[in-house]
Amino acid sequence: MLILTKEEAQALMKKVLAFSKADECEVNLTGSNAGNVRYARNSVSTSGGISQMSLAVASAFGKKLGIATINELDDASLEKVVRRSEELAQLAPENPEFVSFLGPQKYAEPVTFIPATAAITPKLRADNVAASLKVARDAKAIAAGFLEDNSGFSAMMNSHGLFAYNTTTYTNFSITVRTEDGKGSGYATRGFNDVAKLDTKAATEIAIEKAVKSATAKAIEPGKYTVILEPAAAAVLLENIFFALDARQADEGRSFLSLPGGKTRQGEKLMDERVNIYSDPLNPELPTSTWTNDGRPQEKTTWIEKGVVKNLTFSRYWAEKKGVKGIPSPDAFIMEGGTKSVAELIKGTKKGILVTRLWYIRTVDPQSLLLTGLTRDGTFYIENGEIKYPIKNFRFNESPIIMLNNLEELGKVERTVSVESNTNYLLPPLKIRDFTFSSLSDAV
Amino acid sequence: MKRRDFIQLTGMGAAGAAMLTGIPEMGMGHAISPERALEVIDPALKKRIADVALNAARSKGATYTDVRIGRYLNQFVVTREDKVQNIVNTESYGAGIRVIANGGWGFAATDKMDNDSIAKAAELAVAIAKENSRLLTEPVQLAPQKGYGEVSWKAPIEKNAFEVPMKEKVDLLLNVNSVAMKGGADYITSLLFLINEQKYFASTDGSYIDQDIHRIWPAFFITAIDKASGKFETRNTLSAPMGMGYEYLNARPQDKITGGPTTLFKGRYDMFEDARLGGLQAKEKLTAKSVEPGKYDLVLDPSHLWLTIHESVGHPTELDRVLGYEANFAGTSFLTLDKWESKKFNFGNKLVNIVADKTQVGSLGAVGYDDEGVQCGKWDIIKDGILVNYQVIRDQAHILGLKASQGCCYSQNWADVQFQRMPNISLQPGKEKKSVDDLIKGVEKGIYIIGDGSFSIDQQRFNFQFGGQLFYEIKNGKIAGMLKDVAYQSNTQEFWNSCAGIADESDYRLGGAFGDGKGQPPQSNSVSHGSSTTRFNGVNVINTARKIG
Repeated sequence: MLILTKEEAQALMKKVLAFSKADECEVNLTGSNAGNVRYARNSVSTSGGISQMSLAVASAFGKKLGIATINELDDASLEKVVRRSEELAQLAPENPEFVSFLGPQKYAEPVTFIPATAAITPKLRADNVAASLKVARDAKAIAAGFLEDNSGFSAMMNSHGLFAYNTTTYTNFSITVRTEDGKGSGYATRGFNDVAKLDTKAATEIAIEKAVKSATAKAIEPGKYTVILEPAAAAVLLENIFFALDARQADEGRSFLSLPGGKTRQGEKLMDERVNIYSDPLNPELPTSTWTNDGRPQEKTTWIEKGVVKNLTFSRYWAEKKGVKGIPSPDAFIMEGGTKSVAELIKGTKKGILVTRLWYIRTVDPQSLLLTGLTRDGTFYIENGEIKYPIKNFRFNESPIIMLNNLEELGKVERTVSVESNTNYLLPPLKIRDFTFSSLSDAV
Repeated sequence: MKRRDFIQLTGMGAAGAAMLTGIPEMGMGHAISPERALEVIDPALKKRIADVALNAARSKGATYTDVRIGRYLNQFVVTREDKVQNIVNTESYGAGIRVIANGGWGFAATDKMDNDSIAKAAELAVAIAKENSRLLTEPVQLAPQKGYGEVSWKAPIEKNAFEVPMKEKVDLLLNVNSVAMKGGADYITSLLFLINEQKYFASTDGSYIDQDIHRIWPAFFITAIDKASGKFETRNTLSAPMGMGYEYLNARPQDKITGGPTTLFKGRYDMFEDARLGGLQAKEKLTAKSVEPGKYDLVLDPSHLWLTIHESVGHPTELDRVLGYEANFAGTSFLTLDKWESKKFNFGNKLVNIVADKTQVGSLGAVGYDDEGVQCGKWDIIKDGILVNYQVIRDQAHILGLKASQGCCYSQNWADVQFQRMPNISLQPGKEKKSVDDLIKGVEKGIYIIGDGSFSIDQQRFNFQFGGQLFYEIKNGKIAGMLKDVAYQSNTQEFWNSCAGIADESDYRLGGAFGDGKGQPPQSNSVSHGSSTTRFNGVNVINTARKIG
């Protein structure tokens, strides 16, 4: 109901711009329907639904910018929000980093909207949760999960003639299953644009299997081990590279990409040559918006090629200052992989550790991108190509840059969700040597 | 607001914000003019809206209903070096309605405040409750709660920070930046983050509660760079977010603790002085000695220890985590009910007394009543080292055999459902007269840590690792110079049993965070943690320096 068509959005925003008396005016309009169900102890705990629409108007006088937002869309309210943004702009101090709004742009047609996801009903949500709960109860295990979905549109228009429009849908699901005695715990997560691809029962069965098999964990000594990181575990480490590609931070000397004398590592081979990372808003498995909220087109971009840092992300201000085109940060990243499944990677491992999930990831040192965190919900010892036994969880201290220099093998790419940022990625499972576990944890 | 959005708002970048602990996760709301933040909504109007919801839900079969009408105001003033980066005023106004029907909870929210929209939201909440009740294993049991009638509570602030002219705030931050850069900072982001929660609660128990809550967080983040080597170091603010007005920024001589390696602040904060020292210390860090890993006795300042208390005591004593409600995200807890029932679980040694308190003046958690209409109080969590209690809300009280809730229910916004959140959890000061110098004097090989840094703990709260802002080597009872690359790892129970001395109450100070995250979808809670400087013996310290490229 709140998803305006391209024509409706265009007509509404034209009306807003007609009220503008500023030097420049830019309008962003978004609307969404979101729903979620949360469950724990094999029972639904909370669920909610919220629909919202928001119109943001940015008015600029010279380098003075004011932004006002509103959720009422009658003519009087539209004029009011324009006037308010102009008043705020007049009161604001000059921002030397203000960059004039963009002119008309060309965007690819996005492929982010799936009607079936937009048509989700409370009953479908409840059925999906009931399917997960049933297999958990049948297995005499205890399930806690979260199912959320969102459908919405976003549009922007400005006084220089730029117009952009997109619709999008997604659903994310995560499930933790614990054994009744609390000795085993397993996890699975899924993210899709199309709800028809979501199988909550199958994901729950994986979590149950991990919970049951992890129940008699042995403690082994911390140290350097070969690890196989499932995509959900790889995601929370790799995204710390993705989020730290900002050119300004690198140029200013306060990034892992900085070098002495104001130079950066752009163009330098920083990791194994099998590492290739890119973004592509039109990838059918992980489509994202074809434009950013400042109006720049999102295009297929290579970030790491054969281990070499090819591109950094730029704000419009920093791009202008540096006199470059300046690529924006993408909404998702894709890492190229190989052909092997996790099971096949295990088969080819003489001694190692399988990691299902990593948790509470924090930066310890931004200079080396050293991260800390812990394994969780299914950690297993591998010997001679087989899972031998579950092991107690470890704390690690490791840099994803060092890790990608210690790459042994890449598995088959799949879509996964970061438990830290809720962002979706296409990532392979990673087999890494000399991964640094620094202490043991008794947590299950 | 997500961590990433906050980083974008402040323009800090991932590296600059890497050590940031106070990041909020709250709904931002709509941008407004600064003057509008000073308007208030008549409680009589809020009562009329609340009655519409209570009646509509009752007529559809709800056996219990509560309504929260909230106006949530935020102001951010963000500067870097010599320029203002962002001034944002936001307002979020709406109503959240929670009901019990057929024994299950239902919740719906709306920002349309006409009678029809409110009644529809109430009806939707009942419909959701009935749908959910199909999947329940047992009906909700709510601890009895008397109605208070029409009451109000206001945070005892001296000066509403929203009333202070913007120019004064901008001038303060730009002066802070300037003095830090004179001292050696190459980059600095500084900010003021203000919150005013004007919230109204009504329930079918007969309460109509109007509350006005104020919070303030002045903060800065300094980077110093050695251009020759390309190395950089950071030094973050030693301020605490507080439940105070603008008076927090008016530090008097008695609010400063001097004589140690840096000025520390008690109750009020001198941002200029902290930034002046911060610039010098960031530069000093570049050439400081890298720590030798091993066992050290740690002397932890309250500006650091609050976060260790938060993670290792606050979270594992949340009853919803103990019961498994957070198993899929934040995790469960090692403090299982059998440990509490035994009445002899040694969480720490006898020196360790930890109290939950929702009434502490100036703290972030202080309110008159929680978000399900329970008057707030104070209770023991750890008594002489023994686990004696948890943090409880109305639908959990029966599990502990309690006759009433402890008032720990909170929601970040009208649009989100309220659930169990942490009250202020604080370590009680030592009973004997003891200064920080007395603590340091007794240490042969140790590290004195000031300020919070990197933090991580497992999902049951056993194994943790903490960094800090400033580290000083202690050799034979004396401070021997600055260290860097320090983080300590321990196990919660082992750590609190290694407590070897707590300074007396003259050293007691609050730390805290705006951004304590929990739940799915995640919600933010503001909470303070008090302590005096405390010594822990024989803690494992690691060196965090690595080389890449």
